[in-house]
Amino acid sequence: MPRANTREKEAYRKLSIKASPPRPILRNAVVAFLVGGAICLVGQIILSWISSTGIGRVQALSRTQTIMVFLGAFFTGLGLYDRLGAFAGMGAAIPITGFANSIVSPAMEFKREGFILGVSARMFQVAGPVIVYSFVASLAVSSAVLILAR
Amino acid sequence: MKFSRQGNSTVVFPVMPVVRSSACVVGPKEGKGPLREGFDLIHENTLAGRTSWEKAESLMLRQSLDIALAKAGLDETQIDFLLAGDLLNQIISANFMAREFDVPFIGLYGACSTMAEGLIIASMMVAGGFATNAALAVSSHHDTAERQYRYPTEFAYMRTPTSQWTVTAACSTVIGLAGNGPWIEAATAGRVQDNGVTDANDMGSAMAPAFADTVWRHLQDMSRKPEDYDLILSGDLGKIGSRLARQLLRQKGVDIEDRHRDAGLLIYEDSPEIGAGGSGCACSAAVFSAMVVPSMRRGELKRVLLVATGALHSPTTCQQGESIPSIAHAVSLVWKNEEVKS
Repeated sequence: MPRANTREKEAYRKLSIKASPPRPILRNAVVAFLVGGAICLVGQIILSWISSTGIGRVQALSRTQTIMVFLGAFFTGLGLYDRLGAFAGMGAAIPITGFANSIVSPAMEFKREGFILGVSARMFQVAGPVIVYSFVASLAVSSAVLILAR
Repeated sequence: MKFSRQGNSTVVFPVMPVVRSSACVVGPKEGKGPLREGFDLIHENTLAGRTSWEKAESLMLRQSLDIALAKAGLDETQIDFLLAGDLLNQIISANFMAREFDVPFIGLYGACSTMAEGLIIASMMVAGGFATNAALAVSSHHDTAERQYRYPTEFAYMRTPTSQWTVTAACSTVIGLAGNGPWIEAATAGRVQDNGVTDANDMGSAMAPAFADTVWRHLQDMSRKPEDYDLILSGDLGKIGSRLARQLLRQKGVDIEDRHRDAGLLIYEDSPEIGAGGSGCACSAAVFSAMVVPSMRRGELKRVLLVATGALHSPTTCQQGESIPSIAHAVSLVWKNEEVKS
Protein backbone atom coordinates (compact mmCIF):
# COMPACT_ATOMS: atom_id res chain seq x y z
CA MET A 1 0.00 0.00 0.00
CA PRO A 2 1.79 3.17 -1.16
CA ARG A 3 -0.30 5.39 1.10
CA ALA A 4 0.08 4.49 4.74
CA ASN A 5 -2.99 4.16 6.97
CA THR A 6 -3.31 5.97 10.29
CA ARG A 7 -1.75 3.18 12.32
CA GLU A 8 1.21 2.85 9.95
CA LYS A 9 1.66 6.62 9.91
CA GLU A 10 1.77 6.73 13.69
CA ALA A 11 4.30 3.90 13.83
CA TYR A 12 6.44 5.64 11.23
CA ARG A 13 6.20 8.96 13.04
CA LYS A 14 7.62 7.32 16.16
CA LEU A 15 10.40 5.69 14.15
CA SER A 16 11.20 9.05 12.55
CA ILE A 17 11.37 10.86 15.89
CA LYS A 18 13.72 8.16 17.20
CA ALA A 19 15.99 8.57 14.17
CA SER A 20 16.10 12.37 14.40
CA PRO A 21 18.68 14.15 16.53
CA PRO A 22 17.20 15.95 19.53
CA ARG A 23 16.83 19.69 19.07
CA PRO A 24 19.42 21.49 21.21
CA ILE A 25 16.75 23.42 23.11
CA LEU A 26 18.95 24.47 26.03
CA ARG A 27 21.76 25.68 23.75
CA ASN A 28 19.23 27.56 21.59
CA ALA A 29 17.59 29.19 24.58
CA VAL A 30 20.91 30.32 26.09
CA VAL A 31 22.20 31.70 22.78
CA ALA A 32 18.87 33.41 22.04
CA PHE A 33 18.93 34.98 25.50
CA LEU A 34 22.49 36.26 25.11
CA VAL A 35 22.19 37.54 21.54
CA GLY A 36 18.69 38.96 22.03
CA GLY A 37 19.89 40.54 25.27
CA ALA A 38 22.92 42.04 23.55
CA ILE A 39 20.71 43.63 20.89
CA CYS A 40 18.47 45.05 23.62
CA LEU A 41 21.56 46.35 25.42
CA VAL A 42 22.59 48.24 22.28
CA GLY A 43 19.06 49.67 22.13
CA GLN A 44 19.24 50.67 25.79
CA ILE A 45 22.62 52.40 25.32
CA ILE A 46 21.24 54.35 22.37
CA LEU A 47 18.10 55.25 24.36
CA SER A 48 20.09 56.44 27.36
CA TRP A 49 22.39 58.47 25.15
CA ILE A 50 19.50 60.15 23.31
CA SER A 51 17.62 60.74 26.60
CA SER A 52 20.72 62.44 28.06
CA THR A 53 20.37 65.21 25.46
CA GLY A 54 17.21 66.21 27.32
CA ILE A 55 14.53 65.57 24.70
CA GLY A 56 11.28 63.97 25.88
CA ARG A 57 10.90 60.24 26.54
CA VAL A 58 8.48 59.64 23.64
CA GLN A 59 10.85 61.40 21.26
CA ALA A 60 13.82 59.45 22.56
CA LEU A 61 11.96 56.12 22.22
CA SER A 62 10.89 56.70 18.64
CA ARG A 63 14.40 57.80 17.65
CA THR A 64 15.87 54.69 19.26
CA GLN A 65 13.42 52.51 17.35
CA THR A 66 14.32 54.21 14.11
CA ILE A 67 18.03 53.67 14.72
CA MET A 68 17.52 49.98 15.62
CA VAL A 69 15.38 49.39 12.53
CA PHE A 70 18.08 51.05 10.45
CA LEU A 71 20.76 48.83 11.98
CA GLY A 72 18.72 45.68 11.31
CA ALA A 73 18.16 46.73 7.69
CA PHE A 74 21.80 47.77 7.28
CA PHE A 75 23.24 44.48 8.49
CA THR A 76 20.70 42.57 6.39
CA GLY A 77 21.95 44.51 3.39
CA LEU A 78 25.52 43.58 4.24
CA GLY A 79 24.48 39.92 4.27
CA LEU A 80 25.35 39.51 7.95
CA TYR A 81 22.01 39.48 9.76
CA ASP A 82 20.92 36.14 8.30
CA ARG A 83 24.06 34.59 9.74
CA LEU A 84 23.19 35.99 13.16
CA GLY A 85 19.70 34.52 12.73
CA ALA A 86 21.09 31.11 11.77
CA PHE A 87 23.23 31.21 14.91
CA ALA A 88 20.86 32.75 17.43
CA GLY A 89 17.38 31.94 16.09
CA MET A 90 14.70 33.85 17.99
CA GLY A 91 17.39 35.91 19.72
CA ALA A 92 17.88 37.69 16.40
CA ALA A 93 14.28 37.46 15.18
CA ILE A 94 12.29 38.92 18.10
CA PRO A 95 14.03 42.30 18.63
CA ILE A 96 12.93 45.07 16.26
CA THR A 97 16.11 44.55 14.22
CA GLY A 98 14.70 41.13 13.27
CA PHE A 99 11.47 42.76 12.17
CA ALA A 100 13.51 45.05 9.91
CA ASN A 101 15.31 41.98 8.55
CA SER A 102 12.00 40.28 7.76
CA ILE A 103 10.99 43.24 5.56
CA VAL A 104 14.35 44.04 3.97
CA SER A 105 15.27 40.44 3.10
CA PRO A 106 12.29 39.80 0.77
CA ALA A 107 12.66 43.31 -0.65
CA MET A 108 16.25 42.45 -1.60
CA GLU A 109 15.31 38.97 -2.77
CA PHE A 110 12.58 40.08 -5.16
CA LYS A 111 14.24 43.18 -6.58
CA ARG A 112 14.97 41.18 -9.74
CA GLU A 113 11.22 40.84 -10.34
CA GLY A 114 10.88 44.64 -10.50
CA PHE A 115 9.91 47.39 -8.06
CA ILE A 116 6.12 46.96 -8.33
CA LEU A 117 5.52 43.20 -8.51
CA GLY A 118 8.84 42.35 -6.87
CA VAL A 119 10.05 44.63 -4.10
CA SER A 120 6.82 46.32 -3.01
CA ALA A 121 4.47 43.35 -3.48
CA ARG A 122 6.71 40.85 -1.70
CA MET A 123 8.15 43.13 0.98
CA PHE A 124 5.64 42.00 3.60
CA GLN A 125 5.74 38.32 2.71
CA VAL A 126 7.17 37.48 6.14
CA ALA A 127 6.23 40.60 8.13
CA GLY A 128 2.66 40.80 6.81
CA PRO A 129 1.17 38.27 9.27
CA VAL A 130 3.06 39.97 12.14
CA ILE A 131 1.54 43.32 11.25
CA VAL A 132 -1.97 41.93 10.74
CA TYR A 133 -2.08 40.00 13.99
CA SER A 134 -0.42 42.70 16.07
CA PHE A 135 -3.12 45.02 14.74
CA VAL A 136 -5.81 42.48 15.66
CA ALA A 137 -4.26 42.01 19.11
CA SER A 138 -4.08 45.75 19.78
CA LEU A 139 -7.69 46.07 18.68
CA ALA A 140 -8.71 43.31 21.07
CA VAL A 141 -6.77 44.82 23.97
CA SER A 142 -8.04 48.35 23.41
CA SER A 143 -11.62 47.05 23.09
CA ALA A 144 -11.21 45.21 26.37
CA VAL A 145 -9.83 48.32 28.03
CA LEU A 146 -12.70 50.38 26.64
CA ILE A 147 -15.31 47.95 27.97
CA LEU A 148 -13.69 47.27 31.33
CA ALA A 149 -12.85 50.90 32.01
CA ARG A 150 -16.53 51.91 31.91
CA MET B 1 9.97 -8.93 -29.92
CA LYS B 2 11.74 -9.79 -26.72
CA PHE B 3 9.96 -8.61 -23.62
CA SER B 4 12.62 -7.15 -21.38
CA ARG B 5 11.12 -7.16 -17.94
CA GLN B 6 11.94 -9.10 -14.86
CA GLY B 7 9.74 -9.53 -11.82
CA ASN B 8 6.92 -7.10 -11.21
CA SER B 9 8.49 -3.82 -12.07
CA THR B 10 12.09 -4.04 -13.22
CA VAL B 11 13.31 -3.32 -16.71
CA VAL B 12 16.34 -5.34 -17.84
CA PHE B 13 18.09 -4.02 -20.91
CA PRO B 14 18.98 -6.71 -23.47
CA VAL B 15 21.28 -4.20 -25.11
CA MET B 16 22.94 -2.27 -22.33
CA PRO B 17 23.04 1.50 -22.85
CA VAL B 18 26.40 3.10 -22.13
CA VAL B 19 27.19 6.15 -20.06
CA ARG B 20 29.32 7.80 -22.74
CA SER B 21 30.27 10.81 -20.68
CA SER B 22 29.21 12.87 -17.71
CA ALA B 23 30.04 16.37 -16.57
CA CYS B 24 29.27 18.46 -13.53
CA VAL B 25 29.36 22.22 -12.99
CA VAL B 26 29.05 23.34 -9.37
CA GLY B 27 28.82 26.36 -7.10
CA PRO B 28 31.41 27.54 -4.57
CA LYS B 29 30.25 25.50 -1.58
CA GLU B 30 30.28 22.22 -3.52
CA GLY B 31 33.61 23.24 -5.05
CA LYS B 32 35.13 23.29 -1.57
CA GLY B 33 33.60 19.92 -0.64
CA PRO B 34 35.20 16.47 -0.53
CA LEU B 35 34.38 15.75 -4.21
CA ARG B 36 35.94 18.94 -5.62
CA GLU B 37 38.51 17.01 -7.67
CA GLY B 38 35.74 15.34 -9.65
CA PHE B 39 33.94 18.46 -10.88
CA ASP B 40 34.49 19.90 -14.34
CA LEU B 41 33.84 23.55 -13.56
CA ILE B 42 33.54 25.35 -10.24
CA HIS B 43 31.90 28.77 -10.06
CA GLU B 44 33.21 31.12 -7.40
CA ASN B 45 29.84 32.76 -6.97
CA THR B 46 26.31 31.33 -6.98
CA LEU B 47 25.35 34.00 -9.55
CA ALA B 48 27.96 32.61 -11.97
CA GLY B 49 28.33 36.07 -13.49
CA ARG B 50 24.60 36.38 -14.30
CA THR B 51 22.07 38.90 -13.04
CA SER B 52 19.80 36.38 -11.32
CA TRP B 53 20.13 32.95 -9.71
CA GLU B 54 17.62 31.47 -12.15
CA LYS B 55 19.78 32.64 -15.05
CA ALA B 56 22.84 31.23 -13.32
CA GLU B 57 21.21 27.82 -12.88
CA SER B 58 20.23 27.67 -16.53
CA LEU B 59 23.73 28.73 -17.57
CA MET B 60 25.27 26.01 -15.43
CA LEU B 61 23.01 23.44 -17.07
CA ARG B 62 24.13 24.59 -20.51
CA GLN B 63 27.79 24.52 -19.50
CA SER B 64 27.50 21.01 -18.10
CA LEU B 65 25.85 19.78 -21.28
CA ASP B 66 28.51 21.45 -23.44
CA ILE B 67 31.25 19.77 -21.42
CA ALA B 68 29.51 16.37 -21.48
CA LEU B 69 29.12 16.56 -25.26
CA ALA B 70 32.76 17.57 -25.69
CA LYS B 71 33.90 14.70 -23.48
CA ALA B 72 31.86 12.24 -25.56
CA GLY B 73 33.26 13.78 -28.74
CA LEU B 74 29.79 14.61 -29.99
CA ASP B 75 28.05 17.74 -31.16
CA GLU B 76 24.39 18.55 -30.68
CA THR B 77 23.40 17.25 -34.14
CA GLN B 78 24.33 13.75 -32.96
CA ILE B 79 21.98 13.90 -29.99
CA ASP B 80 18.52 12.50 -30.74
CA PHE B 81 16.82 13.52 -27.53
CA LEU B 82 17.61 15.99 -24.80
CA LEU B 83 16.01 15.26 -21.44
CA ALA B 84 16.30 17.75 -18.62
CA GLY B 85 14.73 18.72 -15.34
CA ASP B 86 15.19 20.86 -12.24
CA LEU B 87 13.34 21.87 -9.09
CA LEU B 88 11.80 25.18 -10.11
CA ASN B 89 8.18 25.87 -11.06
CA GLN B 90 7.56 24.99 -14.71
CA ILE B 91 11.10 23.50 -14.78
CA ILE B 92 12.33 26.82 -16.11
CA SER B 93 16.05 26.13 -15.74
CA ALA B 94 15.73 23.13 -18.04
CA ASN B 95 13.37 24.80 -20.49
CA PHE B 96 15.51 27.92 -20.80
CA MET B 97 18.62 25.81 -21.25
CA ALA B 98 16.89 23.79 -23.99
CA ARG B 99 16.20 26.86 -26.09
CA GLU B 100 19.95 27.07 -26.66
CA PHE B 101 20.07 23.59 -28.21
CA ASP B 102 18.60 22.54 -31.52
CA VAL B 103 17.63 19.10 -30.22
CA PRO B 104 14.21 17.48 -29.57
CA PHE B 105 13.56 18.18 -25.92
CA ILE B 106 11.64 16.35 -23.21
CA GLY B 107 11.26 18.14 -19.88
CA LEU B 108 11.20 16.05 -16.70
CA TYR B 109 10.05 16.60 -13.16
CA GLY B 110 10.76 14.06 -10.46
CA ALA B 111 11.91 16.50 -7.77
CA CYS B 112 15.29 15.27 -6.51
CA SER B 113 14.81 11.89 -8.23
CA THR B 114 15.06 13.44 -11.70
CA MET B 115 18.57 12.08 -12.34
CA ALA B 116 17.47 8.45 -12.02
CA GLU B 117 14.16 9.13 -13.75
CA GLY B 118 16.05 10.61 -16.69
CA LEU B 119 18.55 7.74 -16.79
CA ILE B 120 15.68 5.24 -16.99
CA ILE B 121 13.94 7.08 -19.84
CA ALA B 122 17.17 7.78 -21.76
CA SER B 123 18.21 4.14 -21.40
CA MET B 124 14.83 2.96 -22.69
CA MET B 125 15.15 5.31 -25.66
CA VAL B 126 18.58 4.02 -26.52
CA ALA B 127 17.94 0.33 -25.79
CA GLY B 128 14.59 0.50 -27.57
CA GLY B 129 16.22 1.73 -30.74
CA PHE B 130 14.61 5.15 -30.64
CA ALA B 131 17.84 7.06 -30.16
CA THR B 132 21.52 6.56 -30.83
CA ASN B 133 22.45 9.13 -28.22
CA ALA B 134 20.29 10.75 -25.58
CA ALA B 135 21.56 13.54 -23.36
CA LEU B 136 20.29 14.06 -19.82
CA ALA B 137 20.79 17.26 -17.84
CA VAL B 138 19.60 18.02 -14.31
CA SER B 139 20.19 20.92 -11.98
CA SER B 140 19.37 22.42 -8.62
CA HIS B 141 20.47 25.70 -7.07
CA HIS B 142 20.42 26.54 -3.39
CA ASP B 143 19.29 30.14 -3.83
CA THR B 144 16.57 29.54 -6.43
CA ALA B 145 15.18 26.60 -4.44
CA GLU B 146 15.35 28.50 -1.15
CA ARG B 147 13.25 31.41 -2.44
CA GLN B 148 10.69 29.08 -4.01
CA TYR B 149 10.34 26.55 -1.21
CA ARG B 150 11.34 28.47 1.93
CA TYR B 151 12.39 32.01 2.81
CA PRO B 152 14.34 34.84 1.19
CA THR B 153 18.05 34.01 1.39
CA GLU B 154 18.85 36.98 3.66
CA PHE B 155 16.03 36.18 6.10
CA ALA B 156 17.41 35.50 9.59
CA TYR B 157 16.13 32.16 10.85
CA MET B 158 17.58 29.07 12.40
CA ARG B 159 17.59 25.92 10.30
CA THR B 160 16.33 22.79 12.03
CA PRO B 161 18.78 19.86 12.41
CA THR B 162 16.56 17.81 10.03
CA SER B 163 16.68 20.36 7.21
CA GLN B 164 18.89 19.79 4.20
CA TRP B 165 21.00 22.09 2.03
CA THR B 166 20.09 22.24 -1.66
CA VAL B 167 23.10 21.50 -3.85
CA THR B 168 24.05 24.20 -6.35
CA ALA B 169 25.11 22.24 -9.41
CA ALA B 170 24.18 21.14 -12.89
CA CYS B 171 25.15 17.78 -14.30
CA SER B 172 24.81 16.26 -17.72
CA THR B 173 25.39 12.82 -19.05
CA VAL B 174 25.25 11.31 -22.52
CA ILE B 175 23.71 7.86 -22.89
CA GLY B 176 24.46 5.98 -26.09
CA LEU B 177 25.10 2.58 -27.60
CA ALA B 178 28.89 2.64 -27.60
CA GLY B 179 31.55 4.28 -25.52
CA ASN B 180 33.46 4.20 -22.29
CA GLY B 181 30.92 2.82 -19.88
CA PRO B 182 29.72 2.13 -17.25
CA TRP B 183 26.73 0.29 -18.63
CA ILE B 184 23.14 0.48 -17.48
CA GLU B 185 21.86 -3.06 -16.99
CA ALA B 186 18.53 -2.67 -15.27
CA ALA B 187 16.18 -0.13 -13.73
CA THR B 188 13.24 -0.09 -11.36
CA ALA B 189 10.85 2.84 -11.46
CA GLY B 190 9.47 3.84 -8.09
CA ARG B 191 5.95 3.92 -6.76
CA VAL B 192 4.80 7.02 -4.96
CA GLN B 193 4.87 6.43 -1.20
CA ASP B 194 3.33 8.49 1.54
CA ASN B 195 3.90 7.75 5.21
CA GLY B 196 2.24 10.90 6.44
CA VAL B 197 5.28 13.15 6.99
CA THR B 198 4.12 16.77 6.81
CA ASP B 199 7.32 18.62 7.81
CA ALA B 200 8.87 20.11 4.67
CA ASN B 201 12.08 20.59 6.68
CA ASP B 202 12.38 16.84 7.16
CA MET B 203 12.48 15.43 3.64
CA GLY B 204 14.75 12.58 4.64
CA SER B 205 11.97 11.06 6.75
CA ALA B 206 9.46 11.64 3.97
CA MET B 207 11.61 9.92 1.32
CA ALA B 208 13.01 6.96 3.26
CA PRO B 209 9.93 4.70 2.70
CA ALA B 210 10.10 5.31 -1.06
CA PHE B 211 13.79 4.38 -1.08
CA ALA B 212 13.19 1.22 0.95
CA ASP B 213 10.28 0.18 -1.26
CA THR B 214 12.18 0.62 -4.52
CA VAL B 215 15.35 -1.08 -3.29
CA TRP B 216 13.35 -3.99 -1.92
CA ARG B 217 11.37 -4.43 -5.15
CA HIS B 218 14.53 -4.16 -7.23
CA LEU B 219 16.29 -6.86 -5.22
CA GLN B 220 13.20 -9.09 -5.37
CA ASP B 221 12.78 -8.67 -9.13
CA MET B 222 16.45 -9.30 -9.84
CA SER B 223 16.68 -12.15 -7.27
CA ARG B 224 19.68 -10.42 -5.77
CA LYS B 225 21.08 -9.50 -2.38
CA PRO B 226 22.64 -6.20 -1.33
CA GLU B 227 26.03 -7.98 -1.46
CA ASP B 228 25.66 -8.18 -5.25
CA TYR B 229 26.27 -4.43 -5.34
CA ASP B 230 29.51 -2.71 -4.41
CA LEU B 231 27.58 0.44 -3.64
CA ILE B 232 23.93 1.30 -3.07
CA LEU B 233 23.83 5.06 -3.44
CA SER B 234 20.77 6.98 -2.26
CA GLY B 235 20.19 10.44 -3.71
CA ASP B 236 19.57 12.74 -0.78
CA LEU B 237 18.15 10.92 2.22
CA GLY B 238 20.55 12.72 4.56
CA LYS B 239 21.44 11.47 8.01
CA ILE B 240 17.93 10.87 9.30
CA GLY B 241 16.50 9.46 6.08
CA SER B 242 19.45 7.07 5.72
CA ARG B 243 18.97 5.80 9.25
CA LEU B 244 15.25 5.28 8.64
CA ALA B 245 15.73 3.65 5.24
CA ARG B 246 18.17 1.11 6.66
CA GLN B 247 15.74 0.36 9.49
CA LEU B 248 12.81 -0.10 7.11
CA LEU B 249 14.83 -2.48 4.97
CA ARG B 250 16.03 -4.38 8.01
CA GLN B 251 12.38 -4.91 8.97
CA LYS B 252 12.01 -6.66 5.60
CA GLY B 253 15.10 -8.75 6.24
CA VAL B 254 17.45 -6.81 3.98
CA ASP B 255 20.65 -5.40 5.45
CA ILE B 256 22.32 -2.71 3.32
CA GLU B 257 24.30 -1.16 6.18
CA ASP B 258 27.83 -1.84 4.91
CA ARG B 259 27.29 -0.83 1.27
CA HIS B 260 24.84 2.02 1.52
CA ARG B 261 26.10 5.56 1.08
CA ASP B 262 24.05 8.72 0.70
CA ALA B 263 25.00 11.30 -1.92
CA GLY B 264 23.76 14.05 0.41
CA LEU B 265 26.40 13.02 2.95
CA LEU B 266 29.20 12.63 0.41
CA ILE B 267 29.01 16.03 -1.23
CA TYR B 268 29.67 18.30 1.80
CA GLU B 269 31.74 18.21 4.94
CA ASP B 270 29.50 17.89 7.98
CA SER B 271 28.44 21.25 9.42
CA PRO B 272 25.44 22.72 11.29
CA GLU B 273 24.63 24.86 8.24
CA ILE B 274 24.30 21.80 6.00
CA GLY B 275 22.04 20.16 8.61
CA ALA B 276 21.07 16.60 7.74
CA GLY B 277 22.93 16.64 4.40
CA GLY B 278 22.75 17.89 0.83
CA SER B 279 19.64 17.61 -1.35
CA GLY B 280 18.37 18.56 -4.79
CA CYS B 281 18.31 17.03 -8.28
CA ALA B 282 22.00 17.74 -8.66
CA CYS B 283 22.95 16.04 -5.40
CA SER B 284 22.77 12.47 -6.72
CA ALA B 285 23.80 13.68 -10.17
CA ALA B 286 26.96 15.40 -8.91
CA VAL B 287 28.03 12.35 -6.92
CA PHE B 288 27.22 10.16 -9.92
CA SER B 289 29.36 12.30 -12.19
CA ALA B 290 32.21 13.13 -9.82
CA MET B 291 32.50 9.84 -7.96
CA VAL B 292 30.50 6.88 -9.30
CA VAL B 293 31.43 7.07 -12.99
CA PRO B 294 35.17 7.68 -12.39
CA SER B 295 35.34 4.94 -9.73
CA MET B 296 33.64 2.47 -12.06
CA ARG B 297 35.98 3.38 -14.90
CA ARG B 298 38.94 2.75 -12.62
CA GLY B 299 37.41 -0.64 -11.86
CA GLU B 300 36.97 0.10 -8.16
CA LEU B 301 33.23 -0.40 -8.31
CA LYS B 302 31.81 -3.23 -10.41
CA ARG B 303 28.12 -2.81 -9.79
CA VAL B 304 26.33 0.21 -8.38
CA LEU B 305 22.67 0.77 -7.59
CA LEU B 306 21.84 4.45 -7.91
CA VAL B 307 18.59 5.23 -6.13
CA ALA B 308 17.62 8.88 -6.44
CA THR B 309 14.82 9.96 -4.13
CA GLY B 310 12.38 12.81 -4.58
CA ALA B 311 9.89 14.61 -2.32
CA LEU B 312 6.92 15.47 -4.51
CA HIS B 313 5.48 18.36 -2.54
CA SER B 314 5.07 22.06 -3.17
CA PRO B 315 4.80 24.98 -0.72
CA THR B 316 1.07 25.14 -1.55
CA THR B 317 0.37 21.51 -0.61
CA CYS B 318 2.37 21.89 2.61
CA GLN B 319 0.45 25.03 3.59
CA GLN B 320 -2.79 23.16 2.94
CA GLY B 321 -1.67 20.51 5.42
CA GLU B 322 -1.04 17.71 2.91
CA SER B 323 1.60 15.15 3.70
CA ILE B 324 4.62 14.72 1.42
CA PRO B 325 4.40 12.01 -1.28
CA SER B 326 7.80 10.64 -2.24
CA ILE B 327 9.39 8.59 -4.95
CA ALA B 328 12.62 6.72 -5.59
CA HIS B 329 13.91 5.37 -8.87
CA ALA B 330 16.68 2.77 -9.04
CA VAL B 331 19.22 2.32 -11.82
CA SER B 332 21.73 -0.53 -11.78
CA LEU B 333 25.08 0.26 -13.38
CA VAL B 334 27.77 -2.28 -14.18
CA TRP B 335 31.37 -2.14 -15.25
CA LYS B 336 32.45 -4.77 -17.74
CA ASN B 337 36.12 -5.24 -18.42
CA GLU B 338 35.79 -6.15 -22.07
CA GLU B 339 35.30 -3.13 -24.31
CA VAL B 340 32.09 -3.33 -26.31
CA LYS B 341 32.56 -2.32 -29.92
CA SER B 342 29.78 -0.53 -31.73
